[in-house]
Amino acid sequence: MTGSLASILYLISAISFIMALRGLSSAKTSLAGNMYGIFGMAIAVLTTLLLPGISSYLPILAMIGLGGVIGIVIAKKIDMTALPQLVAAFHSLVGLAAVFVAAAALLEPGNFGLLGPSGIKKASLLEMGLGAAIGAITFSGSLVAFAKLQGILKGKPLSFSGQHMFNAVLGIIIALCLGLFVWTGSENLFWTVTAVAFFLGFLLILPIGGADMPVIVSMLNSYSGWAAAGIGFTLNNHLLMITGALVGASGAILSYIMCKGMNRSLLNVILGGFGNDTGAVAGSVDTEDRPVKASSAEDAAFLLSNSQSVIVVPGYGMAVAQAQHALREVADSLKKHGVQLRYAIHPVAGRMPGHMNVLLAEANVPYEDVLELEDINHDFGTTDVVMVIGANDITNPAAKTDPQSPIYGMPILDVDKSKTVLFIKRSMGTGYSGVQNELFFRDNTYMLFGDAKKVCEDILKAMAA
Amino acid sequence: MSKELVLEKVSHLKGLLNEVSADINSISSATRSMKDVTMDVSDPIVLGLTVFVLAIFVGYYVVWKVTPALHSPLMAVTNAISSVIVVGAVIACAPGEGAAAIFGYVAVLLASINIFGGFMVTQRMLDMFSGKSKGASKTSKEKG
Repeated sequence: MTGSLASILYLISAISFIMALRGLSSAKTSLAGNMYGIFGMAIAVLTTLLLPGISSYLPILAMIGLGGVIGIVIAKKIDMTALPQLVAAFHSLVGLAAVFVAAAALLEPGNFGLLGPSGIKKASLLEMGLGAAIGAITFSGSLVAFAKLQGILKGKPLSFSGQHMFNAVLGIIIALCLGLFVWTGSENLFWTVTAVAFFLGFLLILPIGGADMPVIVSMLNSYSGWAAAGIGFTLNNHLLMITGALVGASGAILSYIMCKGMNRSLLNVILGGFGNDTGAVAGSVDTEDRPVKASSAEDAAFLLSNSQSVIVVPGYGMAVAQAQHALREVADSLKKHGVQLRYAIHPVAGRMPGHMNVLLAEANVPYEDVLELEDINHDFGTTDVVMVIGANDITNPAAKTDPQSPIYGMPILDVDKSKTVLFIKRSMGTGYSGVQNELFFRDNTYMLFGDAKKVCEDILKAMAA
Repeated sequence: MSKELVLEKVSHLKGLLNEVSADINSISSATRSMKDVTMDVSDPIVLGLTVFVLAIFVGYYVVWKVTPALHSPLMAVTNAISSVIVVGAVIACAPGEGAAAIFGYVAVLLASINIFGGFMVTQRMLDMFSGKSKGASKTSKEKG
């Protein structure tokens, strides 16, 4: 295959990837979009295999086959609730692959056409080093994110004093070693850059708490794209550059949307430590003795059945309890009674962008019933009952009223405007931000304590009785 | 014809020849410098940068059009396509043996897990959104 033909095929592949993202603009076109993605990838792999110089087909195909089997088994087995950690784990693979490709390019530069008159070209060395450094950070950072989401590591922020200083020093070391590496082309310096970047990835994500994970997972998504683009520059391959740019842009936009959903800057999230026990205790003084109205499943069933309109606000608690199926049955039963029932999704509900939407879709909740914050927020005032299931901070009116509160300015779902609020929660515990929710103590708020799935099942039984 | 006349003609021709060769020299150096200009524009790094920056813009506009409900599948599918790094991995395998090739093989393996797993999990999610499959993923049938 000639170089020009390969370039044109790569272009087709790149366009297919753009179409894959384009397809996600609506649920209807999304399946076709995924097919474009698969098509583009198949073209890219076949084209590369047919390039002159590629001969070791057997081991390459064996590796693709083995990887394919592992990938398919994992993707088939995984629970939809475990999706965030799966995505994090997959990001780490891209990061590691980028490190390996950069290393291979350093060891056999001639193979990639990187040799100038005097050794490897300086520009290639820079691209290689950058690709490897970003890849290494993506790898170790995603591993930590995975461990936190999977519950191997505690979700609580882990940090030590002077950590930011230390990270900054590591960053400077990476930059210096990278400069020296470009200057000398020394292999040892390449590995130093990679190792320090690897270490930095760990330290960057460790101090970040569980509920900030939507931002972090998006950010690592973005990094994996930039790593691929870095390798694209090394190999002077436009397909890798284009794809890396698409993925990088996508991850960056998602991080931005998530940050906006929390009214925090990306820097603020990365610097971490949010939600420390020692941090945000202000405003939660002497709350223990205040009365809340605990309610029962029977009361809730009665209340729900006799309302005209209900909005469900799901949060991470629903995902943990896997309550989406039981919840949908409650909803079906209510709909049969002629109750108008909809779902309100806050952008940062759950542990990854769109997490709640996937879980509700898994439980066969109709797409049209699920609304985003800005589409439904005006309707709370005319709603009889709001059922908050496993969410807290995203409903806290302190975000609007209390400038002292750490969550002040965060967009919230205005559940306080509805006639009655039902909170399904495991305990009176505060949310991720550590702020007490004023809503719990209002006259028209009823608390239902327990596991979200169990509570939904109890409500269902009570409604049938 | 006298000898002087011939010598005179010869020296005249020599002068002409010199002029012509000087012209040719200046023309060729001019074309050479023109070539230098075009070389600068098509420097692979500059060209790559152009493609890269334009692609970021394309990505920016396309991704803002993605409906928020599908942000999880967006992540899964971008993850899958970022494993196009497999292209670099396959090239790295070219020597067939040695450390570089081994790095290449491992990278092919990692990227392949990602390709198949990423597209598959995207498919599973999208099947749910389109209401095709009941609950779990029994009916999904796809290939990388």
